[in-house]
Formats: sequence, structure tokens, C-alpha cells
Amino acid sequence: MTVPIYISAEDLEEVVHLVRRQYGYDFGDYARASLQRRVIRCMQKAGCLTAFELKYQLTNDERFFAWFIESLTVNVTEMFRDPAFYKELRNTVLPKLASYPILKIWHAGCSTGEEVFSMAILLHEAGLLNRTRLYATDLNPANLERARQGIVPLQNMKEYTSNYIQSGGTNDFSSYYTARYENAIIHKEYRKNIVFATHNLATDQVFNEFQLVCCRNVLIYFNRELQNRVMTLFSNSLAPLGYLALGMKESLLFSEARDQFDVVSPVVRIYRSKT
Amino acid sequence: MTGCRVVAIGGSAGSIPVVTALLQALPTSFPFAVFVVLHRLKNVTSSMDTILTSKGRGLVIGEPDDKEAIVAHRVYLAPQNYHLLIEADRTISLDYSEPVHYSRPSIDVTFESIAMAYAGSAVAILLSGANQDGADGLLAIVRQGGVAIVQDPATAEYPVMPQAAINRNKNAVVLTPEHIASFLHTLND
Repeated sequence: MTVPIYISAEDLEEVVHLVRRQYGYDFGDYARASLQRRVIRCMQKAGCLTAFELKYQLTNDERFFAWFIESLTVNVTEMFRDPAFYKELRNTVLPKLASYPILKIWHAGCSTGEEVFSMAILLHEAGLLNRTRLYATDLNPANLERARQGIVPLQNMKEYTSNYIQSGGTNDFSSYYTARYENAIIHKEYRKNIVFATHNLATDQVFNEFQLVCCRNVLIYFNRELQNRVMTLFSNSLAPLGYLALGMKESLLFSEARDQFDVVSPVVRIYRSKT
Repeated sequence: MTGCRVVAIGGSAGSIPVVTALLQALPTSFPFAVFVVLHRLKNVTSSMDTILTSKGRGLVIGEPDDKEAIVAHRVYLAPQNYHLLIEADRTISLDYSEPVHYSRPSIDVTFESIAMAYAGSAVAILLSGANQDGADGLLAIVRQGGVAIVQDPATAEYPVMPQAAINRNKNAVVLTPEHIASFLHTLND
């Protein structure tokens, strides 16, 4: 049996403080339960038996820190995750957005790009892709580097195809990518309107105005206070009557910004700015 | 046991009838929250909460939202495709990180988090299933002073999961579903 690796709440705060002071990444307002679990996972992978060892490595080894950040942030994503959400986008949101001559959409916390590729496919099928600019941001540069290549593991494509069909897609899903060895490469024409850039929701500001902001399953890693700040950031980033899409279990109910939004779909969590 | 604040039930293949029976066996009022973590399919429309509610005799059973405050006398079902964790301030945090034992929600993740947040006032129950999830979680519960109960593998439709937990936890209490049900009644004080 392996010795269980553990980090106390106090040591966790010291690690957060160290990372902020030395590298400028602020995890101070991240929800502690999952942060603690992920730090322990990093310690296991790196063979750090104690919090002291972790802090020592972080202080003295920049490459270790880069690895730590990549492992600490959650980079799990799927194409057409929650098909019901994409169906609602197709049926309710995109027809409304079609009236704009130019569309701007922000995917905040885009990870390796799977959701923004899904959105580009939806926009293509709605005839809107050519007049849309998609901004996909993440705090992790390694994620963005991968997303820019448009590469998705081929082994996931069977599941994504099923998701796509459930979302109401009627095209041949394989016409959107080329399979090569273990990878599927999303065709360039569906990626050409996507701008990938680093943006840290915890520290960075409004940078444009959007008709739709998608931020699904990112806020769950933040505490209530940071969630409120980010919700204000989204509110200030939305064009009048712009849409906000959250994850299936993320609710505006607990947020101070709830009065600024109407509920478009209570099940798939699509909201619309009142002003 | 006195001072129980939370009962966590983890199950996989073959566990639904036992979960249903345990929920039906809950006293009409109970001063703790109940968490249910079941291995489920993702990306399909699920009515698990409705199914459990219809059999739960008026219990409030639902999938919580992120950051929801935990209330006693309520049953929380871990949502599809999320891990469910508990914060120190007794609110729920959902998490979409890698599956554990091919499972999201994972029983280990929730049990370990409950062990951290509730320590000695937690009871964790592991039921029928076909993989190793839950064994580490029960270990964490016991280490923090909580009570770990495993369904007797002889009564489980799939004995692999409870057996793995027993092998890993010398201090786990092995009970039949009927005995687990009567144990739940003793928690009412």
C-alpha cells in the first residue's frame, strides 16, 4: 500500500501564496476542495511526499512550475458535450443571432478547443460562420498551442459523432475532420475565424463586446466571490441582449449578477442580458 | 453512532435496487444530508433523480448545482459527468476533471472529500459494482474517524467492488442490505 500524500489547508494556502508571489498566477479564489485534490495529484505524480518538497521545487525550478500549472488546471473537454445544450443553441439562440451582420462569440476557458470547434460547426450549419469571429481564451498557454493545431484524439470521435447527432446534426460528422494516425484534424475552414489568446478570468479584464459568451464548466473551480467577479466581467462584455451560456449545473441563482439576466433555458443554462 | 451529519452511498452495477431500498428505509425525519454517487452514462438524458424520487416516499432528491449549500434531510444525487466534492463551508463544488476508475462521478472523489469535510461525523456505504471505485474513499473515511460500511459481497449482484473495498479496509463493517437499512435508523438520535 502506498503512503497517502496529503496537504493541509494551511500548506495549501502557502503554495497558493508562493505561486502568486513568484509567478503571478492567482489561485487565491479557487474552490478549495478541488484545488486541494489537484495539488495532491500533482504531488503524487511528481513524487513530492510533503508540502515542503512541493514548495521547494516550485521555488527553485521554473520548468517544474510550468508543469505544475499545466497539471493543476483542469484540461478536460469534449466536442458537443451535453447535446441538449447544442440543440438549444441551434433552435433558439442562433436564429436570434442571425440578425446581426457581424457576430462575436467568446469561449472563456476554452481548454484545448473542443467546444469552440463544436460551435464553429454549428455556425457553419446555420450559415453564420463566415460572419462570425470566435475568441477562444484560456489561462494555460499549452492548451492554446494544442487548440491552434485543431487536433482532437481520434479515439474520442465515435463518442463525439454520437453527441453531434443527438444535438440535431444531420451532416456526415467525418466530413469536418481528417483522420491521421491517432488524431483527427478539424478542417482549417472551420477554424479560420477562431482567435486563440491567453486570458486569465481571475485577473484579466474586458477586451471586446460579444453577442454570446460561452463559459461552461469553468466557474465551478472558483469560489463564490470570484464567480461573482467573473459574472460582472461577462455582464460588461456582453452586447445589449447578449447571451451567456454556462454548464448544466452552474446556476446564476447564487450570483449577485442574477438580476441582470433573463433565463432563456433553465435546463441547459442559457441566460440573456436584460440590457 | 451519535452526531452523524452526512451519509454517503456509492454504487455501481447492480446497486440501484439497494439504493432505492435504503432511501425507502430512511426515517421520516433525519438530521443529516445524504449523498448518492452512482456510476452512470454521460451525454444521455437521465431521469435518475425522478426515478429515485418516485420511490423515495416524499424525500427531496435532486442533482445539486455547483455552490449549493448542503441542507439536512435532503438527498443529493451526484450529477452525470461531474465529480461531486464538499467544501469546508459545507457547500457543494462540482468538478469536471479526469474520470477516476473510468468513472465521473467517482465514488472515491466524493468519499475522500466528505472524509475531509466531515471527519468523524460521516458514514459511507459502498454497494454492488464491478470495479475498484470506492475502496480508497472508504479508507479516507476510516482514517478521518468516520464509519465505513460495505454491502456483503454475497448479497451483491456484482461483488467485485464491495470485495475490493473489504480487501483494502480491515475496519470496514460488512452488512447485508437489510442490516444497512436498520443501521440507518440508529442514526436518528
